[in-house]
Amino acid sequence: MSLISIAFKSIRQRALASTLTAFSVALGTSLMIAVLIANTIVTRAFDLQEFGYDLVIGPKGSELELVLNTVYRMAPPIENLPWRYYEEVKADKNIAVAIPVALGDSSEIGGFPILGTVVEYFFNEYAHGKKFQIEGEWPSHKWDAVIGSHVARVNGWKVGDPFHMVHAGQADHVHKEEFTIVGILKPTGTPNDRTVFVNLNGFFAIDGHEKPIDEAIAREAEFFGETPEQVRQFHARELAQYQKEVEEYGHAHTLPMLQKEVTSILVKMKFDPKNPTLSQSRAIGFSARLKEGFKAQAVNPIRPMQRLMDKLVGNIRILLMYLTGLIILVSGVGIFVSIYNSMADRKKEIAIMRALGADRMTVFSIILAESVALCVIGGLAGIVMGHGLIMLAGPVITARSGLLIDPFIFDPQELIIIPAMIILASFVGFIPGLTAYRTDVAENLSS
Amino acid sequence: MSLELKNIKKSYREPDGNVLPILDIEHFQVGQAEQIALVGSSGGGKTTLLNVISGITTPDSGQVFIDGVEITRLPEAGRDRFRAERIGFVFQTFNLLAAFTALENVLLGMSFSRGKADKQLAKDLLEKMGLGKRLSHRPSQLSVGEQQRVAIARSLANRPSLLLADEPTASVDPANQDTILKLIRDMCREFGVSLLLVTHAMEIAEQFDRVACLKDFNAVLQTTS
Ligand SMILES: Nc1ncnc2c1ncn2[C@@H]1O[C@H](COP(=O)(O)OP(=O)(O)OP(=O)(O)O)[C@@H](O)[C@H]1O
Ligand SMILES: [Mg+2]
Repeated sequence: MSLISIAFKSIRQRALASTLTAFSVALGTSLMIAVLIANTIVTRAFDLQEFGYDLVIGPKGSELELVLNTVYRMAPPIENLPWRYYEEVKADKNIAVAIPVALGDSSEIGGFPILGTVVEYFFNEYAHGKKFQIEGEWPSHKWDAVIGSHVARVNGWKVGDPFHMVHAGQADHVHKEEFTIVGILKPTGTPNDRTVFVNLNGFFAIDGHEKPIDEAIAREAEFFGETPEQVRQFHARELAQYQKEVEEYGHAHTLPMLQKEVTSILVKMKFDPKNPTLSQSRAIGFSARLKEGFKAQAVNPIRPMQRLMDKLVGNIRILLMYLTGLIILVSGVGIFVSIYNSMADRKKEIAIMRALGADRMTVFSIILAESVALCVIGGLAGIVMGHGLIMLAGPVITARSGLLIDPFIFDPQELIIIPAMIILASFVGFIPGLTAYRTDVAENLSS
Repeated sequence: MSLELKNIKKSYREPDGNVLPILDIEHFQVGQAEQIALVGSSGGGKTTLLNVISGITTPDSGQVFIDGVEITRLPEAGRDRFRAERIGFVFQTFNLLAAFTALENVLLGMSFSRGKADKQLAKDLLEKMGLGKRLSHRPSQLSVGEQQRVAIARSLANRPSLLLADEPTASVDPANQDTILKLIRDMCREFGVSLLLVTHAMEIAEQFDRVACLKDFNAVLQTTS
């Protein structure tokens, strides 16, 4: 019989204690796995190094909130930007692409965030070198919509399906306007997968989305630091047209620019291949200029996310790693106690094996093998349990936080767990092993 | 010559510092396939002698030769290996491992030598012990006599050249004693194994051609025929 099978015999002999100690190791390991994977998920999701835009422009306020809102669609918008400002940004000579984004509503079914935008959004890279691919068509009509792959899967939506949306923050306020899905995006592994995209024109046309004229004038005056009179002056022709339509038909047919608002603007600076850093410094310059004037801010989305990761997530991760490490250590102590306690009863068995010709190293190894077997079995079970936990909890976490979770996600750091278990087991088994090593054969044979 | 002892001295130091001599054997030998009974009073050093022969206990001085190998010169691990390969042991108490089946206990007897475990041999031995239907029983599921027969099978599993038996029938009821004794002696004859068997009982010793007597603390071995 091999040493391993001899070790397994005594593990089986103490089945309850062995199972419990291995289980405690499994629990510790599964927690460690959960922490590792949670960390991988968060790090991957919040890493914007590859993000397809240089700047996110939004109303002044928290940079983090702006990014969480525009890029992750997790937080509600703070304030909006006048359409007139969007036109100005678009006209800036340093800016190559400016995409308006309107957020706040959610789909009636599934509660997915609705993002109103222009079709150019889909033709720009969402991440470096990555372009959207679609099944179906790009939106062209006012009530056309495109959905992310996760939305399609969860809601079971197909091209041609209609849907309604719910007004921001008011679950019982369902907009009567109906959008139709014309395309489903291929998975991107980004928040786009769980977003419902609607044509911005349709978004504006929804009853209740237009800002009342007087309010809009006041907001624009405040935004640009003008008097309401100056704002009226600026929009004079539009306002006259509006007035005329209202008088003629009782309501306006065309929505004046004044009443349109966007949540934020995604911006790509002009890129010069001869001077690749130029677009970066242009972005920085643009952002700095905004800091002084107006009520808007331009944020490089990488920075607030990195701060969040470094300050909060990073520290929490370290704390959790320590905690789970401690749990594993405690379960190691459990194995130690279990094996060590059994040694008193096993001195006779060890003496018998020695009398049958086992040398000291052999009996030492048998005890060590026992400890290694318990730790490794516990560790493997823990890895399985940890991944099971992720698979079970994944959909719940996605529903609550909007973080997309791949159920088969694997962290290369997991590979360290088994060797680490063997090292732990060696420490744990060493002292009981030494007891076996030192067992006096003649004395214990006759006892 | 299977076993030869020369000038073996062994003493223990008592807690009060006095030296307590246990063994003082000038010369003793067991021939190839010879069977010898070892008698002596309780505490006379019989078990100690078996432990010295098997290399479990080192003598204070003197030499032990088994099959011409001077095991008293071997390092501890060397003696362990030698024991694993050449010596069989049957103890007074049965000393089976509780977690192992009868067959596994026998296999354990060949686990620590270089050779491969021979499952067929283990089965054959148990068969010869009349335990062919008890292979997967655990010690707790076996009668006392059956347990001792498993122990005998185990002691022969490594095909030893010398079998040391320490009062193998002491815990067995009188009806079974003869059966056990006969089994041991027959097996040793069949496999050509030399036998040194410790016993208290004169009626057992009388069945042997040669009886060695270890005298009270005087520790001199005499051979009578
Ligand atoms: N480790 C030891 N330290 C001190 N004294 C010991 C030790 N081992 C044995 N002795 C003593 O050596 C003597 C011989 O012991 P041993 O077990 O060899 O006797 P025995 O002939 O086998 O007796 P029994 O027939 O009762 O089994 C005993 O007096 C015992 O107390
Ligand atoms: Mg004895």
